[in-house]
Amino acid sequence: MQIYLPIAEVSINAFLLLGLGGIVGFLSGMFGVGGGFLITPLLLFIGVPPGVAVATGANQVVAASISGMLVQMKRKGVDFVMGTVLLVGGLIGSFIGVRVFAWMTALGQIELFVQLSYVLFLGLIGGMMFFESLRTILRNRRQGVALPVRRAHIHTWAHRLPLKMKFRVSGLYISVIPPMVIGALVGFLSASMGVGGGFILVPAMIYLLGVPTRVVVGTSLFQIIFTTSFTTLMHAVNSQTVDMLLALLLIVGGVIGAQIGSLVSMRLQAEQLRILLALLVLAVCFKIALDLLLQPAELFSITPLVLP
Amino acid sequence: MRMPGVLALLVALALPCGAGATESIVTGLSQNRVQITTNYDGSSILIYGAVKRDAPPPEGARLEVIVTVEGPSQPLVLRRKEKVAGIWINRSSVKISSAPSFYEVTTTGPLTDILSSTDDLRYHISLPQLIRAVGITNDAENAPDFVQALQRIRLDESRYRMAIGRVQLVEDTLFRADVDLPANLGDGSYKVRLFILRGGKVIDSQERYIGVRKAGLERELFNLAHEQPFLYGVISLLLAAFAGWAASAGFRYLRS
Repeated sequence: MQIYLPIAEVSINAFLLLGLGGIVGFLSGMFGVGGGFLITPLLLFIGVPPGVAVATGANQVVAASISGMLVQMKRKGVDFVMGTVLLVGGLIGSFIGVRVFAWMTALGQIELFVQLSYVLFLGLIGGMMFFESLRTILRNRRQGVALPVRRAHIHTWAHRLPLKMKFRVSGLYISVIPPMVIGALVGFLSASMGVGGGFILVPAMIYLLGVPTRVVVGTSLFQIIFTTSFTTLMHAVNSQTVDMLLALLLIVGGVIGAQIGSLVSMRLQAEQLRILLALLVLAVCFKIALDLLLQPAELFSITPLVLP
Repeated sequence: MRMPGVLALLVALALPCGAGATESIVTGLSQNRVQITTNYDGSSILIYGAVKRDAPPPEGARLEVIVTVEGPSQPLVLRRKEKVAGIWINRSSVKISSAPSFYEVTTTGPLTDILSSTDDLRYHISLPQLIRAVGITNDAENAPDFVQALQRIRLDESRYRMAIGRVQLVEDTLFRADVDLPANLGDGSYKVRLFILRGGKVIDSQERYIGVRKAGLERELFNLAHEQPFLYGVISLLLAAFAGWAASAGFRYLRS
């Protein structure tokens, strides 16, 4: 069933869009990543213009994140205090990021900038997560059920900073400065790279802040809802590139996928979840790196100066 | 179809009816308006016409017909990737002040055989002439490469099409061309040009327009997005929030 999208001005099969939304929603619910880093390339691939793909992708991520977060909220997997601190940092970061984005666009190198940052961050985070979770899984297997003896949490430099605050749900008593800085970094990256930032936020919360994996997904989704809502609104007002009909189809598929993803995520162990996310992140990283290194089939590209 | 009636009328018009030895064309379109609705998936337009003569057709060169359909133009930037330090990045670019979003040439024969280069230059019919006509603004060193790339990419995407030999010409008088407008169509006025030629020279030409506009829901959404962008953005977000909540509530209900 073909459907004509009023803003994208293309006619695309409605079931294809539902399926696409479903796959991305599933991953979103499972890992707590928004899925922005998947939906945008997929939309481009099926012929949606780039501006519309970025803006509408953000709108779809809002819905998938809300759906996923509500499931996490039921099982008390959202640390609202932590989420709010991250969000405040995120807004500061995205404010700076939007400026950098405009600057790189003016230079005509935004594509390269985005691709390089993707390869760098995805490679770094994916690699780190992959080896860490592999080690944990191997160790657990060797020791049987006996988990390594650990303190409730490890005291790091984050505990010596001032402005300490109690994050009850996460069971942490740390300074607000590290989460604020991480939030700002993610906000900066998401505004300049055009993604929600969940794939950076999730590992950063686990490894840098020591937030338990149990609450990481929900808290990350909580933060993503606000950053992507902001992005959607900015695009709608500045460039009129949000396609409501396209978003609706992706959302219907996405929210259902997110529900299934959340249910699957509860059945899996934390290490398994982390290793799967690491593999996904590394796969995307590898694909982008290939695009940069291999000679493209078509060297020329056409960019309309004014969007149709 | 009311085609037989129309054709009869055209035949009547084509009959000799006065002095003078010139040939001219009379044309029509099956529709001069295209409405884009939600289930729009391309549409085909029948362009037909007849040659009106005051005298018997001249001996010698055959009568040929060219029909072009041209979508609204837009400015473009063409970029080319080059390998720098092992990475393929955009290096050089050329700005095209405007290029049609859609272009189809339908003819009775190969363009090089039926159209002289002087008349191509004058009427901008072939793709290289058309794009040259709309103009390159920056003078890059190898601008011709860029223009060729634009043609190649758009021919691949079927945005530009060459339908050689697809005009049906009956008894050197009646002709018809079927043009399929693509599914990825934008709003605007689509220009249809019809030429009759003999010996590579254009004898007569005519221009007509097809108005393409969105209708119904498509039109409402498009207008809202452009006239009330903030409201549109908020509605999009509310839609997302509602859908997210509904899915969550629905699944909880299903599992309980």
